Amino acid sequence: MITLQNISKSFRVAKRQTGLGNAARALFSREYKKVQALDNVSFTINEGEMVGYIGPNGAGKSTTIKVMCGILTPDSGECKINGRTPWKERKSHVRDIGVVFGQRSQLWWDVPVIDSFELIRDIYKVNSNEYQKTLDTLTELLDLGEIIKTPTRSLSLGQRMRCEIVASLLHNPKILFLDEPTIGLDAVSKIAVRQFIKNLNAEMKTTVILTTHDMQDIEALTERILLIGKGRILLDGSLTELQKRFSCEKTLIVDYNGQMPKLSDNMTPVELKEGRLTVTFDPTKLSVSDAIAYISNQVEVADISVVSISAEQMVAALYEEHKI
Amino acid sequence: MKLYGKFFSIHLRCQMQYKASFFMTSLGQFLVSFSLLLGIFFMFLRFNTVEGFTFEQVLLCSAVILFTYSIAECFGRGFDAFPMMIGNGEFDRALVRPRSEVFLVLASKMEFSRIGRLLQAIALFCYAIPTSGIDWSADKVLTLFLMISCGVVIFFGLFVIYAAISFFTIEGIEVMNIVTDGGREFGAYPFSIYGNEVLKILTYVIPLALFQYYPLLYLIGVRDNPLYIFTPLIGLLFLIPCYGLWRFGLRKYKSTGS
Repeated sequence: MITLQNISKSFRVAKRQTGLGNAARALFSREYKKVQALDNVSFTINEGEMVGYIGPNGAGKSTTIKVMCGILTPDSGECKINGRTPWKERKSHVRDIGVVFGQRSQLWWDVPVIDSFELIRDIYKVNSNEYQKTLDTLTELLDLGEIIKTPTRSLSLGQRMRCEIVASLLHNPKILFLDEPTIGLDAVSKIAVRQFIKNLNAEMKTTVILTTHDMQDIEALTERILLIGKGRILLDGSLTELQKRFSCEKTLIVDYNGQMPKLSDNMTPVELKEGRLTVTFDPTKLSVSDAIAYISNQVEVADISVVSISAEQMVAALYEEHKI
Repeated sequence: MKLYGKFFSIHLRCQMQYKASFFMTSLGQFLVSFSLLLGIFFMFLRFNTVEGFTFEQVLLCSAVILFTYSIAECFGRGFDAFPMMIGNGEFDRALVRPRSEVFLVLASKMEFSRIGRLLQAIALFCYAIPTSGIDWSADKVLTLFLMISCGVVIFFGLFVIYAAISFFTIEGIEVMNIVTDGGREFGAYPFSIYGNEVLKILTYVIPLALFQYYPLLYLIGVRDNPLYIFTPLIGLLFLIPCYGLWRFGLRKYKSTGS
């Protein structure tokens, strides 16, 4: 159980100005500007939940994660994770959490992955039987097998990311923070990583907090999303709810043979080409089945698809709406 | 402690992956400090004694400094390279481990190529100990032991200060090298040769003289007050402000994240 209440955090950032003269002046007196990184952030995440934490760069995502990991002390507000305040009881708190920083490795570069795992086991004082059991389960789930005997430097990015995740789970944490876990991965690795996170959440009931810019991650993994912008939580809700809000409009794409069909009054044309037409319509005025029937009565349909707004478009629309 | 051994082993295996680089760096380390010794050697070709110290006695002094500095640098490398650790976010990574911050930084880096200097220091000891004209009774052996062990700790404290300062600023931190690298270079001679003022600073502010100059006086028999045997232990008090500054810096880091 994670609760954040009115967490605020501001940083003092030195103003930098261009030009040699200003740089010289900056040596002696500096102007500072206050940046509100987090502004009354509150939310609750229950055990076993999987939450997508999204927002543009610089919105305060990593500051929040740092606060929740006990690395950073906020200016004000309260945060309880499994009954502990992270920055006050750092050592006992971090034993319960696992953290994967997508762009920062925790594996020793020049030795076989398994050596890193064993060192991590000793850092967390995991007993050998338990460690072996966890390792066996995880290597099987992530299909690592021989890979863990290879030095980290000779792994592909996808293999390395899977090993990173295993490394963060060796001590059986109750909460897993994933900071951009699929960044830079190829399609196959992305799917493997997502599938694994999904299984982990389902089987071990691990709470997962995921920050990402890849909306497919969000679509595939999380029911709930938290949107942060300019240090404030702008939205906390389920993905389907959001989709409903934005999907008052659906897109119909039809590949057809023959003459261009006439459109119903409730359809807005997006692209009309010989053999393919794309229209949007409002399903409250024209039901999906009626729309399809309307077209297929006129022409021979080769292929047809109805698309709701994608998570990507939705988030772009959200960013726009909140002007962040 | 056992965990530190594990870290030691993994660092050793990592560095042994690049054997050629390891040997070249070690050789480089050896040559750098060797030039210093040549300086001492040529100086003594012209003068028989420096401030009353003979060639062998100065060598003994150099050996102590070289040895302690090499050990401190080999194992305290994590603190020495701490600005980098903050810069690339490795320190944040370390903070999510359930161990003390000092331990995590200490274990994060080890630099085995310092063995180049260490071997030289041992060679110097081998030459200077029998030829320095010191009668190696039990109290003198104890003195030398305290000089070395406390010396390592005091140099180590300097690295901790260096790391603590980098919590506040990374710019201009090279100033600290005057006392760390400088301490090593100038410490090749007994500190009294630099004059009274410098000696005072190195006694009361940065207590390098407490494990180098004063016990050396006892070793070579200039002083026979047994208090001089234990001056290195007094130097250990230096660790208190070092640790205090570290805690202070760490608190500030946790509240600003940079």
